[in-house]
Order: sequence, then structure tokens, then C-alpha cells
Amino acid sequence: MPRYYLTIAHHPHNGTLLGFWLYLMSDCLVFACLFAVYAVLGRHYAGGPSGAELFDLPLVAVNTSLLLLSSITYGFAMLAMGGNRLRETMLWLASTGFLGAGFIGLELHEFAHLIADGAGPQRSAFLSSFFTLVGTHGLHVTFGIVWLITLMTQLSRYGLTAANRRRVMCLSMFWHFLDVVWIGVFTVVYLLGVLP
Amino acid sequence: MRELVFGRLGWEAIPWHEPILLGTFIAVALGAIALLALITYFRFWGSLWRDWITSIDHKKIGIMYVILGLVMLLRGFSDAVLMRAQQAMSFGDSTGFLPPHHYDQVFTAHGVIMIFFVAMPLVTGLMNFVVPLQIGARDVAFPFLNNFSFWMTASGAALVMMSLFVGEFARTGWLAYPPLSGIAYSPDVGVDYYIWSLQIAGVGTLLSGINLIVTIVKMRAPGMSLMKMPVFTWTALCTNVLIVAAFPVLTAVLALLSLDRYVGTNFFTSTLGGNAMMYVNLIWIWGHPEVYILILPAFGVFSEIVATFAGKRLFGYASMVYATVVITILSYLVWLHHFFTMGSGASVNSFFGITTMIISIPTGAKIFNWLFTMYHGRIRFELPMMWTVGFICTFTIGGMTGVLLAVPPADFVLHNSLFLVAHFHNVIIGGVVFGMFAGITYWFPKAFGFRLDPFWGKCTFWFWLVGFWFAFTPLYVLGLMGVTRRLSHFDDPGLQIWFEIAAFGAALIFLGIGSFIVQVIVSVRNRARLRDTTGDPWNGRTLEWSTSSPPPAYNFAFTPIVHDNDAWTDMKNNQYDRPVEGFIPIHMPKNTGAGFVIAMLSASCGFALIWHMWLPAAVAFAALLLAIIVHSFNYDRDYHVSAAEVLRVEAARTLSLAGRS
Amino acid sequence: MSGDGELHGPESAIEHAGSRKDYVTGFLLAVLLTAIPFWLVMGRVFGHPGLTAAIIIALAVVQIVVHMVYFLHMNTRTEGGWSLLALLFTTMLVVIALSGSLWVMYHLDHNMMPTGMPDTMQGAAPIPDPRTMP
Repeated sequence: MPRYYLTIAHHPHNGTLLGFWLYLMSDCLVFACLFAVYAVLGRHYAGGPSGAELFDLPLVAVNTSLLLLSSITYGFAMLAMGGNRLRETMLWLASTGFLGAGFIGLELHEFAHLIADGAGPQRSAFLSSFFTLVGTHGLHVTFGIVWLITLMTQLSRYGLTAANRRRVMCLSMFWHFLDVVWIGVFTVVYLLGVLP
Repeated sequence: MRELVFGRLGWEAIPWHEPILLGTFIAVALGAIALLALITYFRFWGSLWRDWITSIDHKKIGIMYVILGLVMLLRGFSDAVLMRAQQAMSFGDSTGFLPPHHYDQVFTAHGVIMIFFVAMPLVTGLMNFVVPLQIGARDVAFPFLNNFSFWMTASGAALVMMSLFVGEFARTGWLAYPPLSGIAYSPDVGVDYYIWSLQIAGVGTLLSGINLIVTIVKMRAPGMSLMKMPVFTWTALCTNVLIVAAFPVLTAVLALLSLDRYVGTNFFTSTLGGNAMMYVNLIWIWGHPEVYILILPAFGVFSEIVATFAGKRLFGYASMVYATVVITILSYLVWLHHFFTMGSGASVNSFFGITTMIISIPTGAKIFNWLFTMYHGRIRFELPMMWTVGFICTFTIGGMTGVLLAVPPADFVLHNSLFLVAHFHNVIIGGVVFGMFAGITYWFPKAFGFRLDPFWGKCTFWFWLVGFWFAFTPLYVLGLMGVTRRLSHFDDPGLQIWFEIAAFGAALIFLGIGSFIVQVIVSVRNRARLRDTTGDPWNGRTLEWSTSSPPPAYNFAFTPIVHDNDAWTDMKNNQYDRPVEGFIPIHMPKNTGAGFVIAMLSASCGFALIWHMWLPAAVAFAALLLAIIVHSFNYDRDYHVSAAEVLRVEAARTLSLAGRS
Repeated sequence: MSGDGELHGPESAIEHAGSRKDYVTGFLLAVLLTAIPFWLVMGRVFGHPGLTAAIIIALAVVQIVVHMVYFLHMNTRTEGGWSLLALLFTTMLVVIALSGSLWVMYHLDHNMMPTGMPDTMQGAAPIPDPRTMP
């Protein structure tokens, strides 16, 4: 080998997973801002309802369970993919999608209920922050589901290629990251919001 | 239905009754028609689409960013000329030619354009062009995303430019503080233009940040450890870390402002629990890292130039790296100094005052390192070096006024005065603009194969340097006398002389910009005489100078192996033998139009949202999502350059090198 | 570059594969760390809201670490340590942004708001909104 150049093909390590992780870190900062706004404005009820009056903790517990379950179903999908079992991967991915859809459905139900009761995002800074923080998380989950469906279509068409594996891994990181953010949400918004 | 489709867009949005705007529009329209005619006449459309618009080549994308930045400089500078003229005239009974309603748009647009659509594209363009070459890579980590990022930035710029002719721009200043920027006090489209152009450009910038970090982390040539990277690559790495860490905050804050405006939420309203200071707080958590995003690449440029033109290894490489990393971290601990006067009290103000003073120290270390590099060097005063010396003198003084402002009691007197305006122009022009001119002059031959004309370059330099000092020294004086920023009329005639001197300075800078345009034209005309045949016109020290000028699409026929800092100097000192045979096929990414399409759909969606055209907005958004999904089904994204093709290109270079040795 | 073609270089996917045991352990820990806070708040176990708040925040932090380790397979070797570095840097910034904002806003409100502490707004009559005034 000459001193100053490689005479064989040079293949730099694939950067997709690191790149996606960095994107998630940037998303973390978006959520951090929304949490900061919630922390500062979260008790500004403007004479309107507070968290203690509005939040339905059993419902939140159900939602949290759905999301946590969806995390482990995705984990099982990853294991199936590692074992090259395409059908099993698809089954676990579909389960994750359904659990995610259930989560969104319940959340939409909660939002509709609050708005109908006059506790919509325009009512106070507290409610603006609530709807935005929880709603942004929900939007991310929704995009995740759209991505999941797209990915399942691509898997059924092209199988477990290297590119598709990378995509499944990226969605895995995305999905678990959303569960991490939800830990922050149920703790800071719902549980702390109910405390005096 | 009509309202769903057209929203609040109507014929009255066009400024029929504003002669200045109408005149500008006619001039721009004529220019655009001329440009389209020229492209058609030279049958350039096919090449424009195939070789530029759809190009994922970092070199082409870098060039397009720089062109965008320079074009927007003309617009941003026009705003500056308008302001200098107005402020030189408007005293006592004379009210000048710009009523406050327009003047406010001018200073807002000036700031937004200069920061987001001149400085950012120039900086991003240079990093894009240079970094892969400096680390011995063939392209960035995500070439398609790179193309997409550029078109998103260009779309943001297009939206801002449209605000000149359809509707109005914001009248809030470049950071659009609420409650003024809220729906109650700015119900018109101006702030919406501001929000959407920045959100769209912001996506591009964020993705570009991720792209360059992964490129630098993953794609360095074998042997190039982190501490063997060129300093420009180090500053690029830190800059892009800042981008990824700061831009999400801007995205979030602008999203909250748009929720206040579109949905009626109460984040920053003065009632129902909102708190406008939270906006100020968050936007400066972004804003301060932003200015370091602008200056760090300029520092990197100067490091490369000083070493090259002093003919010496850069003094204190390790301390340069540490200083850059320290600046990166500290830039997150100073943001409150932008609003010392808002009442946070002594404890908070002292903390941030102290951190602000501390952050000047690593920058000082860098300046000493540059000086020590020059000391006992054999300095060649080519243009890049002239810009560097201009920078060292100008920027240092600007930095000192910054440390002065860092003292809260002093800031209480000087906040929002013309002293502040002079300070930040001092560091941005002296630092970023001079850095960009230095970098453009330095790497122009690499990009285009011929140098820029030195005579007109010197004119550019002297007009800018002298012009800057004439334009902004009066502002320091006025600020110390207590004159507030953003005013379009003054009562005290004793101030007028200072504004007239400042206007003279602006005229000199105008000549500087004119000289630059002439320089480019003259250089193109004389390119045969100015040709760079060796690829190394300056006796450079880093890997980009080992390639031809311009480099082939694949950059390096064989991936370099690095043994030392200043890899190219190391190769030259050790009788490096350029390979002329034994080439292998090279794996390259394919061009694509997807980035352009998705960006155009984003811009359409933004325009529709600005004008409350809900149906078109929904359609554009759906189309956007669809385009992204469709693109994801495209797995055919690369090809191989055959060994024969590589041989052909390299053989042509061998001939060109031989013809001149 | 990362073309969507063949695998390039040693794929770090291997580092990303957890085991079934990892996922189940992580899941059970997460369930526990979720159930306890809900129980503490819904059951009003401690009379002291400050104490409850501190505990559930601490448990949330622990659960986040559990997710990072067991679901995201975070360790010092992923992506040559760059993943962890990015995470630590981001965490530092999140802490600065959150604590800095709270500190600054508290002082601003305390010094500059007309009625002093913003908490006194709770239960007070709403300030009329100029937009809704005739």
C-alpha cells in the first residue's frame, strides 16, 4: 500500500443511525422548550380550570400502558428482524401500530372532551401549554404511525434488505424516544399538574 | 369557498400605490425576464436542471449557497442604503422619504435577510464545499438531504423576497418580539411571512447541521484522527453542533408564536396568563449560539489562511481546538446579556455578565495564536491575508465593545442604542463578512479553476474596510450620546453630521460591493490568464489543494491516507507521487429532483398559510407528505463511476500538470 | 456516503440488537416505575406535595435511564461513543434551558409583574382581553 493513498475501495461507515440519533437529540430540545414553557406557564390558569380539575388520571394510566406496551412490541419486532423472520417482524410492527393508534384515539377523545367543556387551548396559558406539549407528542406518534405503515409496505415489497433494516432501526429509536418523552409528560404534566 | 381558496389574498396585496416598491418590482421583473431569456438563449435549461438543481454534489451545492448569499446581500444592503439615506435626511421638519410604516419593515427585513439569508448561506456554503475535500471524503454523509437543505433555504429566501411585492413584511425588528408580533398588534401578513420563511429555512439548516456532523465523524480519511483534522473542519464541527443544538429552540418558539397567531393560544399574550418575556428568553437561548454559528466558520477560514500565507504551521493547534469547543459550550450560558434591562435583577444579571466576559477569553486566545503564527513567518500579502489582517484589527475592537456591553450597568445605558448596533455590525462585518470574503477569495480557484482578479479584489477590500469604519464609528459616538436604534426621524439637528458621515461610509461599502461584482465579471472574462492549473495556487497545506481545480465529481481517485496535520504539506514534503493508473470503480450518489420538489411544495404551503388560504395549504401539505413517502420508495440512489472514466479524468489532469511544470 | 445499497463497513447494527431478556427486564422495570408514581399521586400517599413531586421526578429520571439502556441499548460503545456524547451534551443543554428559563422567568416575574407572584392568579377574576372588548 502506498503511503498516501488507499488503492482499494474505501467504504466509510454508514452514518444513518448516528444521523437519526442526532435528529432525535434536536427533537429532544424542541420538547425541552415546550417543557420549559409548560414549567413557566403551567400554573397560569387565568381564572379558568386547573389540572387537578381537568385531568383524568385513570385514562392517562391506560394511555401510558398502551405506549409502554407498544415499546415492547417494537422490541420484539427488532428481535424478529435480527432473526430474519419477516412475517413475525411484520406482526409485531402491526401490533405496535395498533397500540399507537389506540393511544392517539384516547388522546383525541380526551382533547375533544376538554374543548367541549370550554377548556380548550385558548382558555389560558396553562391550557395552551398543555395542548401544545401533549399535542406535539401526539403529532409525533401520528407521524410515527404513518412511517410505520409506509415501512411495513416497503418490507412486504422488498423484504429485510440492509436499507430497510436501517429504517426499522431508525423507527425503533424514534418510537422509544417518544416513550421517553411521554415519561416526562405524564410525570410533569399530569401527575405534577394534579398536585396542589 | 372563495375564502377557503384565496384566504385574505387579494389584488390590494400588491403595492400599486408605493412608487419605490413598484419601481423595484419592475426592475426585478425585467431582470428576471432577462435572466430567463439568457438561459434560454444559451440553451442552459437542461444543464441547469441536470447539473445544478438536481445535483447532490457538495461542491455544487456549496457554490449555490454562496450565490444565494451574495444575491441576498444585494437586497439586504439595499435596505441598509435606504436606512442610511433616511437617517441622514430626516431631521426636524424634514421627514425623509420613508414613513415609519415602511421604515420599520426595512430594518426588520435588513436584519432577517442579513442573518438568515446572507450570513447563514455563505457560512453553510463554504463548509459544504470545503469540509468533504479537507477530510478526504467524496461527499457528505447524506447527499440527498444536502440538496434538500439548500432548496429549503432558498425557499425561505424566496418567501421573504415575495413579501416585498405581495403584501408586506413584519415591522417588529428581526426577532419579532411579542406582544407586538402577536395577532392583536400585527394582524397583517408581515409576521406570518417572517415565521414561515424562517421555519422553512430552519428545517434546511437543521438537516444540514446533522449532515455535516455525521460527515466529519464518520467519513474522515484513514489516519485523520480528530486532532489531525484541519482547523476549519474543527470549527465546522463545532458550528454544526451549535446548529443542531440551537435551531430546535427557534423552531419551537416560532411555532408557539404561530399558535398564538393562528389558534389564539396564550403563550405570549399580555392576558389570560401569557408571558411575552418567555419569548424573549427562549429566542435568545437560540440567538446567542446563532452568532457563534456565524463567527466560528470565519475563525476557521482565518486559521487556514494565516497558516498558508505565513508559510508556517498554525501556532497552538490544540489550544485552537480547545478554545473552539469551550466557545461552543459557553455560548449556551450567556443569553441573558441580550436583555439585561428587562428586570431580572442583580443576581441573574451578574451571573450572565460574568459568563459573557469569560466567553471572550477563548476568542482572545485564538487571536494570539494567529498573531504568533504570523510572527517569524514569511507573509505573502495576497488578498485572503489582507482580509485577515483587516479582520484582526476590526473584529478585535468590536469584541472589546462587546465586553464593555457585558457590564450590566453599562448596558443599562447602552442597550438598544446605536452603540449596540455599531458593536454587532463591528463583529459581524469585521468577523463574518470579512471572513466570507477571505474564504471566497481563497477557495474560488479551487471551485472554478481560476483565481479572482487581484486588483478589483483589493478595491473591494479597501472600500469595505474604510467604508465600514466611516459607517459605524459615528454610530458608536451617537450611541454613547444616547441615540436609540430603529428611529426614522430625529429632532436634534446636532446629530445630523454623524448620520451624514455614516451615509458616506455606506456609499463606500456600496463601491466595495460594486467592486466585487466587477471583480467577478473581470475574472470570468480573464479566466484564461488567471487559470489555476496545478490545483494548488496558494501553496496550501490541507487536502483540498491536492485535487485539481475544480476537483472531479468524485473528489479523490483514491482515498487519501493521512499521517500528520497539514496533510497536503506533509505529502509535498515527502515527494508524494500522484497515482496515474490502477484506478477502481467509484461508488457515487445519483442526482435527484425530489429535494427541489419537496422544497417547492413546502414554500407553497408556507405561502398559503401566510395568506390563510386553508384549502391550498392543506393540499400542498398533503402533496408534501406524499412526495416524501414516494421518495422513500426510491431505493435506486447510486451508481458507479467506471475505472475507465476515472482514468480518463486523471489522465487529463496529468497532462495539465505536465504542461505547466 | 450512505447509499441505499450494500452494507458498508462493520455494521453497528450488531451493537443495536438487544436480547429478549433485556426488553422484558426493561419493560417490567418501566411498569414498576410507572405504577409507583401513579399510585403515590392518585392514592395521596404522602401528605406533602413537595415530597411527592421530588420522588416522582426522581423515578421519572430513573425510568428514562431504563429506557435508554434496555430499549435504546445506550452504552459507551454505540457509534464509537458519539451517541452517548450527543446524549450527554443534549442533557446538559436541556438542564441549562430548563433551569435557566425557570430562574430567569422567576426573577423577571418577581421583579416586574404588577401583582407580584404569578401564582396569585389562581382563582382570581380574569383580566379582560382587549380583543374581546366591544
